[in-house]
Amino acid sequence: MTKENMIHIHINHIPLEVREDITILEAAHKAGVKIPTLCHLDLHDLKLANKVASCRVCTVELIGKNSLVPACVTKVSEGMVIHTNSIRAIKTRRMAIELLLSNHPNECFTCPKNLECELQSLAKELGVREIKWIGERKKFEKDLSSDAIVKDPNKCIMCRRCETMCNEVQTCGILSAIGRGFKAFVGPAFDIPMAESSCTYCGQCVSVCPTAALTEVNHTDKVWEALADPNKHVVVQTAPAIRVAIGELFGIDPGTIATGKMVTALKRMHFDAVFDTDFGADLTIMEEATEFIHRMEHGGTLPMLTSCCPAWVKFIEHQFPELLDVPSTCRSPHIMFGTIVKTYYAQKYNLDPKNIVVVSVMPCIAKKAEAKRPELTKDYNTDVDIVITTRELGAMIKEAGIDFKSLPDSEFDHPLGETTGASVIFGTTGGVIEAAMRTAYEWITGEELKEVEFTQLRGMEGIREATIKIKDQNVRIGIAHGLGNARIILEKIRDGKSPYDAIEIMACPGGCIGGGGQPFHHGNDVIVKKRQQALYEEDRNKKIRKSHENAEVLKLYKEFLGQPYGEKAHRLLHTHYEKKDRI
Amino acid sequence: MKIDSIHTLEKLKEKSFKKVYLRNPNEAIYDDQKDILVCGGTGCIASDSNQLIKNLNLILKARGYDHKVNIIKTGCFGFCEQGPIVKIQPDNIFYVKVVPKDAKDIIDQHIIGGHQVERLLYKNPTNEERIHKHKDIPFYKKQLRIALRNCGRVNPEDIYEYVAFSGYEALGKALAKSPEEVIDLIKKSGLRGRGGGGFPTGLKWQLTRESEGDIKYIICNADEGDPGAFMDRSILEGDPHSIIEAMIIGGYAIGANHGIIYIRAEYPLAVERLNISIKQARELGLLGENIFNSNFNFEINIKYGAGAFVCGEETALINSVEGRRGEPSNKPPYPAQEGYWSRPTCVNNVETFANIPPIILNGPDWFSSIGTKESKGTKVFALAGKINNIGLVEVPMGTTLREIIYDVGGGIHKGHKFKAVQTGGPSGGVITEKDLDTPIDYEHLAEIGSMMGSGGMIVMDETNCMVNISKFYMEFIMDESCGRCTPCRVGTKRMHEYLQKITNGEATMENLDNLEQLAYMIKDGSLCGLGQTAPNPILSTLKYFSDEYISHIKDKVCPTKECKELSTPKNREVQI
Repeated sequence: MTKENMIHIHINHIPLEVREDITILEAAHKAGVKIPTLCHLDLHDLKLANKVASCRVCTVELIGKNSLVPACVTKVSEGMVIHTNSIRAIKTRRMAIELLLSNHPNECFTCPKNLECELQSLAKELGVREIKWIGERKKFEKDLSSDAIVKDPNKCIMCRRCETMCNEVQTCGILSAIGRGFKAFVGPAFDIPMAESSCTYCGQCVSVCPTAALTEVNHTDKVWEALADPNKHVVVQTAPAIRVAIGELFGIDPGTIATGKMVTALKRMHFDAVFDTDFGADLTIMEEATEFIHRMEHGGTLPMLTSCCPAWVKFIEHQFPELLDVPSTCRSPHIMFGTIVKTYYAQKYNLDPKNIVVVSVMPCIAKKAEAKRPELTKDYNTDVDIVITTRELGAMIKEAGIDFKSLPDSEFDHPLGETTGASVIFGTTGGVIEAAMRTAYEWITGEELKEVEFTQLRGMEGIREATIKIKDQNVRIGIAHGLGNARIILEKIRDGKSPYDAIEIMACPGGCIGGGGQPFHHGNDVIVKKRQQALYEEDRNKKIRKSHENAEVLKLYKEFLGQPYGEKAHRLLHTHYEKKDRI
Repeated sequence: MKIDSIHTLEKLKEKSFKKVYLRNPNEAIYDDQKDILVCGGTGCIASDSNQLIKNLNLILKARGYDHKVNIIKTGCFGFCEQGPIVKIQPDNIFYVKVVPKDAKDIIDQHIIGGHQVERLLYKNPTNEERIHKHKDIPFYKKQLRIALRNCGRVNPEDIYEYVAFSGYEALGKALAKSPEEVIDLIKKSGLRGRGGGGFPTGLKWQLTRESEGDIKYIICNADEGDPGAFMDRSILEGDPHSIIEAMIIGGYAIGANHGIIYIRAEYPLAVERLNISIKQARELGLLGENIFNSNFNFEINIKYGAGAFVCGEETALINSVEGRRGEPSNKPPYPAQEGYWSRPTCVNNVETFANIPPIILNGPDWFSSIGTKESKGTKVFALAGKINNIGLVEVPMGTTLREIIYDVGGGIHKGHKFKAVQTGGPSGGVITEKDLDTPIDYEHLAEIGSMMGSGGMIVMDETNCMVNISKFYMEFIMDESCGRCTPCRVGTKRMHEYLQKITNGEATMENLDNLEQLAYMIKDGSLCGLGQTAPNPILSTLKYFSDEYISHIKDKVCPTKECKELSTPKNREVQI
C-alpha cells in the first residue's frame, strides 16, 4: 500500500494513519480499541463475510453524522473522528443487547450453548445488569424434525450468519429470513421442517450461530444409557479430526494432538472397545483406490468423486441428481467400520450384533443423519447406532469427572485399532485423495512410493488442482472443500467441462477439521489451520503411512472380506445414492 | 406509425389536438360539442364511476347525442371527498358526488337542455352557495398543478391525448441535448426528490452518470406506502405517460438503457394503465431502439412489489427487484455506485419523475421561480383525517400549512377545533397550531420537528388522543419493520407495548422515561430510515402533548376519551 492510500483518522482521540480500504472496526483494532461485535463474522479463509450490520452492537459515534454508524461495515475516510466509547455509543450498544435479551428465552442454565454463547458473553462484557425494556417474547416451536440439527427460532437473534453460510459459502439455500419485524426468524422456505428441506446437515450454520438457535441433536444420553446397560457391548470409534480438536474443549492449545488422552478418557468412560475410524479410512482407501483403478481401466465413469462426506453426498443427491454415478460407491469410513464391527468383529468375539452398540465420535453433524439413512440401517442391524460430535464427547468427559488435561496416553484397542498416516489425514481437505494416491501409485506402478507427501494436494484454497504422474498416466486431481466450491466443480462435470479424473470433496470448509461438530472457533479461523497442521504432524509420526500396508486391514481381507472391491466387500462396504427433491 | 423526429411528433400533436380541443382552456369554443370528463381514479371507481360512464353512454346513444359528446374516463381530480367527479367541457362545469342515476339529468338537463344540474354542483360549506366553475372552487384556487397537470384532464389510456397536451415533446427536446446538458438543466431547476428525502434530483443523476460502468439502471419507485398517501398512485393512474417519458429522459441523462418501475401489486389500475402506456409508447417508437432517431435505446419493465412499506427505501427496493428479501442494505455503497445487480442505479420517485417533462419544456428558470429558496416547484399532499376537503392537492412550496388546511382543505371537519397535523407519514411528526404559518418546504418542516416525507398529511382535531395517534403509527411501523436490525425489530415492538400500557392506564412515569430513552436510541442505532424515524411520532407527540401522556399515566384519564380502557366507568371506580 503506497503512502497515497493511507489516510488519517482519530479513534477515541488516538491519531491513526491507516489504509483507506479498511473498516472502522479494523482500524480500531490497530489502535488497540476493542469494539464489541455480534452479527459480524469475517472468516477470510472460508471467504465468509457476514456484513449485514444487523445487531447494531458495534455502533460508534462518527462526528458529523446524525445517527451512529456500524463499525463493522463503515469504511474509514480521511479526517474521520470516531468515538467508540462515548456515552451515546455505549448506551445504544447496550440497548441493542438489552433488546435482544428482552426477546430471548431466559434459560441460560439449561441452554446447550451455556458459556459458549456470544450473546451471553456480550451481556457480561457490556455490563448489562438489568433489562429495562421487557415485553412479549417470540413463541415458536422448536424444530426437532431432523436427526442432526435442532432449530430453536426463539433463540435466533437475526444475525444472519447461518444464512450467509448456507447461501453464500455452502450455496445450499436452505436458511433465510422469514416473516417481518418482531416475527422475523431464520428457517427453511415456508418454514417447512428441516427434515423436509434439502438441508445437507453440514452443520456449518451451527458452527457460526452465536446463540443456540441452531445446535446439534444431543445424543449423549443415549451413549450413557448404552454404557450403563450390562447386556450391551459398546464400541466407540473416533474420527481423525477429533484428536486434534478435542483438547480445545479443555483449555489445551489448538493444534495439539491429544489422541492418547482421548483414548484414555474413552476407556475411563468404560467403553468396551475403543477403536479408531482411521481403520475404516484405510479400508475405504482399499476399496476406493481399487474402484478408481477399476474405473480407469474399464472405462467407467470418470471423474470419480470421494464419498466419505455425508453432507456432500446429500448435497449431490438434492442438487445434482443427474450425476449420481459419479461418486464412489464406498460407504463412509465410520459406516464401513460399523459394518465390520457388527460382522467380522462380532463373529470373531462371538458377540450377538444385536447387543453391540457402535458409537461414532465425529467432527460432523451430518454423520448423525447419515447413520439413520435407510440403506445403512435396513439389515437386521444398524451399522452405526449413535453418533456424537467432538463437542458432545467433550461434554461427556466433563460430566464423567475426567480431568482430561492430566490424563496419561493410551493406545487404541485391537484388532481394529491399527491405523496409518494415510488415514489420519482423512480429516483435512486434500487428505482423502492424498491417501488414495499413495495406494493407487504403488498398485498401478508396482513400485514403492518414496516421497509419500503429495504437497501439491495440500493447502486451504477452496478449489485446488494438481496432476500426479503415475507410470505413464497423468492423473488429474481436483479438490474442493465447502459446498459452494463443490458446486463449481459439479457444474463443470455436468457441463462436460471437468478436466479431472478424481475429485475429493468435503462439505465443510477445511474439511472435517472444520466440521460442524467441532469445538466452536468463535470466528478465529486460525484454529482450523492449526488442526490441519496437527493432522499432518500425526501423519509424519506414523510408522506406516499407506493404507494398503495396514496389517490389520490386510488381515481383515484375508480372514473375512476376500478381495478389495470383491463380491463380499461390495455387499458390505458399498452403497448407492438416490435422487432427492430440491426444496 | 413511428415517431422518429420532433417534426413527426408535432404533426401527431396537431392531429391529436382535435381530440382534446374542448378541454383547452385558452380557446373559446362556440359549437355544441362537449366533453364529459368522468373521474376514473381508484376512489371514484369504488364509488361506481364505471357504471356512471356506462349510463352516460347509454343515454347519449338513446338521445342521439353520441356523435356530439365524448365521454372521457380521466385520472383523479384530487377532490376525492366529493367524488365521483364529472366535469363538462368546454363549459368548465364541475359536478360532485355524481351517482350512476344522475347520468340522466346530466344528459337531459345539461347537455340537451343547456341548464346546469344545480344539485350536483359543489356547495361551498362556508356560505352554502353552489359553485359552478371548476376554477372557482376554493379547493383548487391555491393549487398549482404541475405533477398532477394531466390528472383529470386526459384519458390516461390514450397516448394521443397525452401527445396533444405536449406529451413526449420534452423527450424530443432532451434527446437533442447532451446528457450532461439535461442533467444541468435538472440541477438548475432545483428539483429535489419527492419521495421524502429531498435529495437534489439532478445531482443524483449526475452521480449515477459519473459512476463507472457500462450498464446502468433507472428505477421508478412506485412503492407508495405511507398510510393515507396516494399521490403516486393517482399520477400513475391519471398520467402514466408522463412517468414513462420522464424515465426515458432520466435513462438518457444517466446513461441507462433499462428502466424498471417498482410498483406495489395492490395498485392494479395503475399497473394496468402503465402496461397499456408502455405498449403504446413502444408502438410509436418512443420506447425501444433508436428513439427519436438519436441512437438511444430504452426499455421499461414493471416489477411488482408485495406491498412492504420498507421497500420504498431504495436499497430495500433494489433487493426486492432482484428477487431477494425486501430489506435495506447499508449505505454506502449508494445505489448510484452499486445498485441493481451491483450496477450504478438511479432510483427516483413517481412524483419526482412527473415534474421532469414540464421542467424540460418550460425551462429550469420557470421551475425555480416557483417555491422557496431551497425547495423549488410544488408538492403534492394527500389530505386526510379530520378535514373537510379530503383529497389530493398540489401547492407551490412555501404555501403555509394554514393555507393548505383552511383554504385548500376547507378547514376542520364538522366545525371541530384543529389540534395537530401529521406530515411525513409515520416517519414524520406532529405540527401544532403555533407552527401553522410555517411555509412548507424541506427545511422548515425539519425545523419544526417533522419532515416532508412523501406527502401524507393527516389532520387531527380535539377529539383525537395524541397517545392513541402515536400508538397507531407505532403499530404500523412495528408491522412494517423488516426485522433486520435489532433496534427496529425489537425496539418498535417494545415502544408499541409501552404505548399500549399507557393507553390501558397501566403505565408508570418511569415507563414513560424509559420509552423516551428507548426512542432516542432507536433513532440513533437503527440501520435504515424506517428505524431511524420510527420513534418520531412518539417524540413529537411527547414534545407537544406531554400533558396527555401524563394524564393517561398519573390520572388514568384519556382527555379525549378515545382510549376506551380509560373512559369506561369501571376504570374510574378503580381510580377512586
